[in-house]
Amino acid sequence: MHNQFENQQWCRMGPRAMFGQFMLELVKNNKNLMILSADLGRSSGLDRFKNEFPKNYLSIGISEQNMIGVASGLAREGFKVFVTSFAPFLSMRASEQVRMNLGYMRHNVNLIALGSGVTMGYLGNSHYGLEDLAIMRAIPGINISSPSDCAELKNVLHDLTNKNRGPTYVRLTGIPGSRIVYSKDYNYKFGKFEPLTKGRKILVFSTGSVTSEALSAITELNSVGHSIKLINLHTLRPLDKNVLKEIKSFDKIVTIEEHSIIGGLNTIISDLIIKNNLKKKIISFSLSDKFSANGKYDFLLDFHNLSRKKIKRKIANFSKN
Amino acid sequence: MNKRKLNKICYEMRRTILQTSYNCKEAAHIGGALSMVEILAVLYHKIMKLDLNKPKDRFILSKGHGFLGLLSVLKTKKIINNKILNSFQTDNSEIIAHPIMNPNIGIETSNGSLGQGLSYGVGLAIAYRLKKKKNKIFVMLGDGECYEGSIWEAAITATELNLDNLVVLLDSNGFQNDGKINNKMNYQNLLNKWKGFGWNSILCNGHNIDLINKSFNKIRANKPNIIIFKTIKGKGIKFMENNNDWHHGRLTKNLYLTAINDLKKNYA
Repeated sequence: MHNQFENQQWCRMGPRAMFGQFMLELVKNNKNLMILSADLGRSSGLDRFKNEFPKNYLSIGISEQNMIGVASGLAREGFKVFVTSFAPFLSMRASEQVRMNLGYMRHNVNLIALGSGVTMGYLGNSHYGLEDLAIMRAIPGINISSPSDCAELKNVLHDLTNKNRGPTYVRLTGIPGSRIVYSKDYNYKFGKFEPLTKGRKILVFSTGSVTSEALSAITELNSVGHSIKLINLHTLRPLDKNVLKEIKSFDKIVTIEEHSIIGGLNTIISDLIIKNNLKKKIISFSLSDKFSANGKYDFLLDFHNLSRKKIKRKIANFSKN
Repeated sequence: MNKRKLNKICYEMRRTILQTSYNCKEAAHIGGALSMVEILAVLYHKIMKLDLNKPKDRFILSKGHGFLGLLSVLKTKKIINNKILNSFQTDNSEIIAHPIMNPNIGIETSNGSLGQGLSYGVGLAIAYRLKKKKNKIFVMLGDGECYEGSIWEAAITATELNLDNLVVLLDSNGFQNDGKINNKMNYQNLLNKWKGFGWNSILCNGHNIDLINKSFNKIRANKPNIIIFKTIKGKGIKFMENNNDWHHGRLTKNLYLTAINDLKKNYA
């Protein structure tokens, strides 16, 4: 794969700027590519794209519902379509348009959900993606991708552009300078999870950019004698069938996500355990069922027990029980 | 095609709507299907270049509950047959109250949630322009549907992009589910609203075949076009006209026979 930047550099940009930058490379080999934004082109790092490839860019006004319909008409005619807006506006304001056009009619549109989780910091809960996974998961047939860093996002975008994966919700979390997970390229496979550490005592599933916090916490724990396996679930739907197999070989399970405890990763794993009649100890790192406090991203991660420090402490305690 | 033949087609369409509703023994959306008949007859038999294998002009039914109207015109084009019509509103059928996308038989989109078809049409119109395809996208809206905010979002995009390959057909029958539509949303006021949004806006009697035909000549370049058709909900069946019980109603045998007699009288 063409690789202009090192992964470090991609990650330094943060997922939003990285998206806009990387699409510049993808459009060169995909003349049918169309990007639509509901007045958040700049926030998606698309300024250069807009200027250099005006035919492949469509500025839709602040009308997310309309944008989904327009995108679907284009997809129907064979264009490879990406739309961008903030996570709550795509998943909630336009939710029924997504349900009809992407779910019911199966139009191949990729939703790039900017600034999900609590990455939007001081912009507040109106801009946070607390519930988007729950909502997208409830609509039949929508793939959900939740990359852990910009290197992985690069793989996701490359894959979605060149393969026919069907309608996909891509959930962007993390900010410029977020901790890196993949300093080297790896063999990304849509729908297949990636183990990040080896271990036999505790199994941790993580998704999104908090995976970097988890990786750093667990690496430290493993270096002092713990045995924790960390799995990066970059694709939440379709869910890798081997997830169940992994669960079966552990007694203690942990889930880590920057999403409400309702309907996200914690729900996915808990449902699987219950459905299969398994007896497991499970703890979850999720956002609580409340609107969040406001603050800088780092503050918020710590506030929600999603910082390296808090993850490390809580998993260390869990290992004692 | 001459006027006499088109009149016969309208008769056939109304008969199909009544028969299909009666056969399924369930309540069906009859009134808003009957109001569309002449518009669709002219559109499908005089205006549109239809090709199911290699799509040319396209028709999107945004007012999804008018599906019986669409089915009835597809029947006159011999795109669907009685077997398909007989499956209307039966268990496990894909031919139900609202369209389920099936381009092979001329059903372009799934619908039923109002206010969504125009954005989709805008997307198709943009795609046609990008592909340098000369054909047109027709989208049929209802007047009640124009309360949906997303209609006006799409209306703005269409004018911003000067989508002159997009034609909206608005069936202004004056009624919605709960009854008469407020006067502020009548055909005259709707005309002003669409003009205000920058559309080439045409007003037309929606039951006069000659006038409908002529209205399509008023379509202009460089702007999106809308033809607002003033229609009568339940048109053609006396006891259904302007009687909103037939927005969604069930035909008993007696009512069905009365309706068919009425229809025959009208077209005698």
